[in-house]
Amino acid sequence: MASTEIMTVNMGPQHPSTHGVLRLVVELDGEVIQKITPHIGYLHRGVEKLSEHRTYHQTLPLTDRLDYLAPMSNNLGYVLAVEKLLGIEVPERAQTIRVIMAELTRLKSHLVWIACHALDIGAMTVFIYAFREREKVMAIYEKISGARMTSNYFRIGGLSSEVYDGFERDVKEVVDTFPGHFDTYEGLLTKNTIWVQRTVGNGVISAEDAIDYGITGPALRGSGVDWDLRRDNPYSGYEKYNFQVPVGKNCDTYDRYKVRLVEMREAVKIIKQALDSLKPGPILADAPQVCYPPKDDVYNTIEGLIHHFKIASEGFPVPEGEVYQSVENPKGELGYYLVSDGGNKPYRMRIRPPSFVNLGAIEKMAKGAMIADLVAVIGTLDIVLGEIDR
Amino acid sequence: MTNMAENNRAVMGLKEKFASSLLEIKEFRGEVTVTVKKEDIIAICKCLKEEMGYNLLTDVTAVDYCGKAPRFMVVYNLYSIPTKDRLRVKAPVEESDTSIASATCLWNAANFLEREVYDLFGITFTGHPDLRRILMTDDWVGHPLRKDYPLQGPDREPYKGRLS
Amino acid sequence: MGVDQQPLGDNIITASLDGLVNWARKSSIWPMTFGLACCAIEMMATGASHHDLDRFGIIFRASPRQSDCIIIAGTVTKKMLPVIKTVYEQMPEPKWVVAMGACACSGGIFDTYSVVQGIDEALPVDVYIPGCPPRPEALLFGLMKLQDKIMKEKNSFGSSIGLGERLEPAA
Repeated sequence: MASTEIMTVNMGPQHPSTHGVLRLVVELDGEVIQKITPHIGYLHRGVEKLSEHRTYHQTLPLTDRLDYLAPMSNNLGYVLAVEKLLGIEVPERAQTIRVIMAELTRLKSHLVWIACHALDIGAMTVFIYAFREREKVMAIYEKISGARMTSNYFRIGGLSSEVYDGFERDVKEVVDTFPGHFDTYEGLLTKNTIWVQRTVGNGVISAEDAIDYGITGPALRGSGVDWDLRRDNPYSGYEKYNFQVPVGKNCDTYDRYKVRLVEMREAVKIIKQALDSLKPGPILADAPQVCYPPKDDVYNTIEGLIHHFKIASEGFPVPEGEVYQSVENPKGELGYYLVSDGGNKPYRMRIRPPSFVNLGAIEKMAKGAMIADLVAVIGTLDIVLGEIDR
Repeated sequence: MTNMAENNRAVMGLKEKFASSLLEIKEFRGEVTVTVKKEDIIAICKCLKEEMGYNLLTDVTAVDYCGKAPRFMVVYNLYSIPTKDRLRVKAPVEESDTSIASATCLWNAANFLEREVYDLFGITFTGHPDLRRILMTDDWVGHPLRKDYPLQGPDREPYKGRLS
Repeated sequence: MGVDQQPLGDNIITASLDGLVNWARKSSIWPMTFGLACCAIEMMATGASHHDLDRFGIIFRASPRQSDCIIIAGTVTKKMLPVIKTVYEQMPEPKWVVAMGACACSGGIFDTYSVVQGIDEALPVDVYIPGCPPRPEALLFGLMKLQDKIMKEKNSFGSSIGLGERLEPAA
C-alpha cells in the first residue's frame, strides 16, 4: 500500500458556504476527512457581557441579533424568561400573536436554510424561489414592527403595539399560498437524483450520539428522537394547538431535510389555528411597573410621560432569583438563563445557543466522509454564527 | 414551596445517595436547583444521567459573584427527554482554586460548553481533552465575563457619555 | 450578415479615456461574497430574486482575486480584523470598500471589548451605509453612490498602465 500524507486544509472564515464566519481546519487523507477542528469566535460581540450593563428592556434588541434569521423567536425566549422572573401573566391575545409571529419566523428561517442548503449543493433555483417567498414574510415583519430583520416587536409583558389593519389578510395569504410553494421545493429536490445522492447517507449521527452531543431541534428529530419543546414543555399557549412533530429514521441529511419540510407545513397549520383563535383583547399585561404606558397617555398626559420616562431610563427592579427558559427555535433549543440580584439589570444572562452546541458534533457527523460532503453537513446543521459566537 | 423541591424525584434520590455533598436545595418559579460540592459533581451527574434519566446536558455555564465567597458558581442545566423534566445543578468554585472536574467523560456536549466557560471565566476543567480558548483569540489576556473585566476592554477609557 | 450591413456599424464614439474606463468599472462592480453578520442576510436578499443586483452588473465573486469591491456586511471583531485585512490586500487594484450597517460604520450597539469600533480604523472606506441592518434598497443606493464616485475618478486609465496616480474626487 502506498503511503499517504495527511493534508491540512483551511476552510473559512471567509468561505461562501460556511454560512458566516466559521473556520474549519480539516485534515484530509486524499479526499477523506480525518479530523475537523472548528475555530469560532470571529463574530463574538460580547452580548452576554453587554446585557449586564443594560436594563431589561434595553437588552431585548440585543437578542434580535443573535440568530438573525429568526429574530422574533429569540425575542420570545427572552421575554418569556423575564416574565418568568417577574411572575407576570401575558394576555391571551398577545400570546396568540406571539405564536403567529414565532411560527412565521420559523418559516422565514427554514426558507433561508433550504435556500442556502440547496445552493451549497448546487441547486440554484431553490435559492431564488425561497428568497421570493421569504420576502412575503419580511413584508409582514416590516408592517408589524417597522424593520425587516431586527424587529424587536415583543415587549416584556406583551407586545409593543397592536397589529396593523390587514394583518389577518396578509397572514392568511401566507397560510394559503405557502403549502403550494413547499410542493414546488419538494418537486425540485425530493426525488432529484443529485440531491438524493448528495444527502442520503450523509452526516449520519445516531440518536444516542445526537443526545450525547447535546443536539437539539430538527437535527435531533432527524435522528429519530421525538422531542419538541413546543409540545413537551409548552410555552406561550402552544398547548392549545394541534400539530405533528416530524421524526426521521435514517439519521442522515436527507431525513433532516424532510423533517424541516414537514415542520414548515406544520408551522403553517399552527399559524392557521392561531389566526382562527385570535380574539380582541389587551396586548399588554396589567403590570404598570414593567410595561410601557399606551402612547396616547405618553403624548397627552404628564403622568403617562413620567411613567414612560421612568421605565425607559431606569428600568424596573426584578425579584432576586434565577430562571431558565427555553423555546424551540428553528435551530433547536434556545435557552436563556437569567440571574437577577434584585436590580434593574440582569446580573448574568446566559444564552444557550442551539447552533453552538450542534456545531460541536460536526466532526462526529463528517468524519470519514469526502471533503465535498462537508458542505452538506454544514448546511444540514443549519448554523448561524451570530448565535454561535454571540 | 420548599416542599415541592423536597419531593422532586431526583432530589429524593440525591438525598439518599449524596446526603453529605448537597449544600442547598431551592425552588424558584417551579425550577429546582441543587447546589453540590464541586468534588462530587461528576459522581452526581453520573448518577443523574444513568439512574434518573437526565440524559441531555443542555448547558454548562458559570456565574461570577464577584466579592462573595465562593466567587464562581458553575451551573449545569440537565434535561430528561423521557420525563420532560429539568434540573439545575450548581457547584461553587473558589477564586483561589478555579478548577473543577470536566463532564466530558459523561457527555460530549460538555466539550464546547466547558471550553467557553474556560475562555470567558477562567475556570479550568480537569480531564478536559482539549481545553483551549474558543471565542477569544489564543493570545487574549483576561477573561471577559468576569465582573472585574471592563465592558469596553482594559485598554480603553470607558465612554462616559451615557447612562451605562 | 457582416458588420457593414448594420446601420451603426461604421460609426465612431468619442469619449475621454477616463470616462470610458470609469463607465466600464462602474458597470461591473464585482463585490466579494463576504458576509459577517446580520447585514450579510440583507446583502443576500439584495442579490436574490426580489431586488436583483445583477441588473447593475454587480455579481458576487467568491475569490478576492476576482473582486474589486468589498462590502463589509456586519460586525467586525478584533479576531476577524486580521482576516479582513488579508482579504483586502489580496484584492487587485482598483478596489473599493463599502461599510454596510451601523456595526461596520462605527461598531453600532456593540460597544464591547471584542468589537472593532468601525472598519475605517483599518480600511479606507468609500461609502458608509447606515441602518441596522440597512434595507436592500439602502444597499442599492449605497452601491449607486459608489458608482457615482467611480465616475468622478481622474486618470483611472493612466494609473492602470503605470502613468501617474489615480486621483479620487474630493468627497
